[in-house]
Amino acid sequence: MNSDRLLDIRDLQVWYRVYGGYLKVLDGVFFHLGKGERVALVGETGCGKTTLMKTILRILPQPESHIHHGEILFKGKDILRMNYAELQRVRSKGIAMIFQDPTAALNPVFTIGTQLFEVTKHALPRSEQSKDHVSKIVISVLKEVALPDQERLLRNYPIQLSGGMRQRICISMALTAPRDLLIADEPGTSLDVTIQDQILRLLKELVRSHDTSTIVITHSLGVARDIADRIYVMYAGRIVETANSLELFSNPLHPYTVGLLRSVPKITGGGIASGIPGHIPDYLNPPTGCRFHPRCPSRMDVCSQKKPGMYHVSPNHFVSCFLYGEKP
Amino acid sequence: MILLEIKNLKKYFEVGRNRKGPIYLRAVDGISLSIEEGETLGLVGESGSGKSTLAYTVIGMYRPTGGEAIFKGQNIAVEYSRRPLTLKKEMQIVFQDPASSLNPRRNIGQIIGLNLRLHRKLQGVELQSAVVELLQRVELSPDYMYKSPMSIGGGEKQLVAVARALAPQPSLILLDEPTSALDVSIQAKIITKLINLQKELHLTYLFITHDLSVIRNVANKIAIMYLGKICEIAEAAEFFQNPLHPYTRMLISSVPVISEEEERLKPKKYISSGEIPSPVNIPPGCSFHMRCPERGTRCDTEDPVIVEVSKGHFVRCHLFRQGNDLCKDHQTESNI
Repeated sequence: MNSDRLLDIRDLQVWYRVYGGYLKVLDGVFFHLGKGERVALVGETGCGKTTLMKTILRILPQPESHIHHGEILFKGKDILRMNYAELQRVRSKGIAMIFQDPTAALNPVFTIGTQLFEVTKHALPRSEQSKDHVSKIVISVLKEVALPDQERLLRNYPIQLSGGMRQRICISMALTAPRDLLIADEPGTSLDVTIQDQILRLLKELVRSHDTSTIVITHSLGVARDIADRIYVMYAGRIVETANSLELFSNPLHPYTVGLLRSVPKITGGGIASGIPGHIPDYLNPPTGCRFHPRCPSRMDVCSQKKPGMYHVSPNHFVSCFLYGEKP
Repeated sequence: MILLEIKNLKKYFEVGRNRKGPIYLRAVDGISLSIEEGETLGLVGESGSGKSTLAYTVIGMYRPTGGEAIFKGQNIAVEYSRRPLTLKKEMQIVFQDPASSLNPRRNIGQIIGLNLRLHRKLQGVELQSAVVELLQRVELSPDYMYKSPMSIGGGEKQLVAVARALAPQPSLILLDEPTSALDVSIQAKIITKLINLQKELHLTYLFITHDLSVIRNVANKIAIMYLGKICEIAEAAEFFQNPLHPYTRMLISSVPVISEEEERLKPKKYISSGEIPSPVNIPPGCSFHMRCPERGTRCDTEDPVIVEVSKGHFVRCHLFRQGNDLCKDHQTESNI
């Protein structure tokens, strides 16, 4: 066991109860993150990346979600076995999350100031919760995310701001106190290209200067390459490949990663590959064995019978595919 | 041959009134474009730039405020109800969100069949076999015609929307962000299909998107829109190798890419700043001047006119003049 791991997820299985059975969404996820590390979690719609992050914060919808198995060690303590008080401490001081849609993440009936003060206050120790101190911090974080005219902004309601500004507010909330881990769920997706670029650049700078461990969830490989040192590729509730950014883009191994990389259109032209045939499986009755095998161009007999393990290819590069592991 | 020519097209929406009279939202503000037969024109812009309004005005969902659009020699800038059916048949549209553009209370056979009954007057067995043929064209199995749109995946829904657009045998298809709601692996499939269909059926596309890397791979010609006006038009390869307008450079340098090769193509010096102003209060002069890193003295008072700097490459910016290529500092920069 590595003691320098900030977050260590082992064999996590999360199901959703629905009419007719269980949706087996997460199917044995292994994920870890070192102190100061920046990783990206890449996957297409419905692969379970948001479910994974919500499990870490224990904000899954209740009562239909069901954590079937596994453990999430955050600084050595299992989040899944914490009581409410401990959990609140993790949420206020340990982990900060930036959500995909800044419009939905901010409460429309409170001013920006009220919401920022609330978050900041709870992240501070009792003795430092005086109004002056809190407001000093709030103004300074707003400066950090390059928002002008901070005093006036605090009196505004979310609806008075543009999408880019709202996302900056959400980022500033994560910065109000030193946190151990920052989770950003698709931080630029709902924004325009130029605005997305601004937000990502801001996020990158802040993460570097604060030296925060970061998980960025995204469906865009370009964004992942831009921001992360290491990348996890997820497909249908399992991590299929993980490697350092450079390695993953120069030497992708899992057939899904290869297909995904080929599908991305390039600004240098050269046409588009024909994509990956088929679609994401039904979680009610997921395929047996490797969940990618019905769509896989290099499938073997063993793929439909056994689940592949995580096979080590080179330092930091792991692939969950029989092509690179135990041969049948 | 020019299939569609748009001349100084305008579409204003009245959004309110004050003492001086009505307040307009200038969604499309004097656009001139032409689309050759068999080519794909890519129309790129951020949200609120008016690209969808332009498409809706061309297809007849809005009546233009001014200007004209000429399709195969006919002026189509009239009310939709006054367009002949033969003209409606020639132009079809595929919308961004297939989940809301297909009627959930009809099955797919009925959805595609409506266009066939209306435009090609097919009935009974003929109608059935035409639906099957269209489904096969987009590589969906014939039993899809009995399915409901709600029971199929997003990519398949978009293929159904494409099949419906193909039904009347049109010559121009307007594709309004056809893949932006889809994942990359599905997007690749749909785009490949669209390119193949274009070759097989000799179609003309107006492809609207906000994604520059997609447009690089589908369009022959690219036009950039900003606040209801065109900033730059050029051939696709030229557009990416030699972008001229500061906004275009800002856009290209903002695209997240996945290889070193692409990284080198990006103009380095342009870092995006600012946000799109509201189209109700368009800034005076050049509408981009507030975000422009190369703003000059004339930019905030005088609106530049579009000029052709080299063959087929049009730019609307004070930095460039007719025919004579580039200003000095731009010359050095584009060599980097």
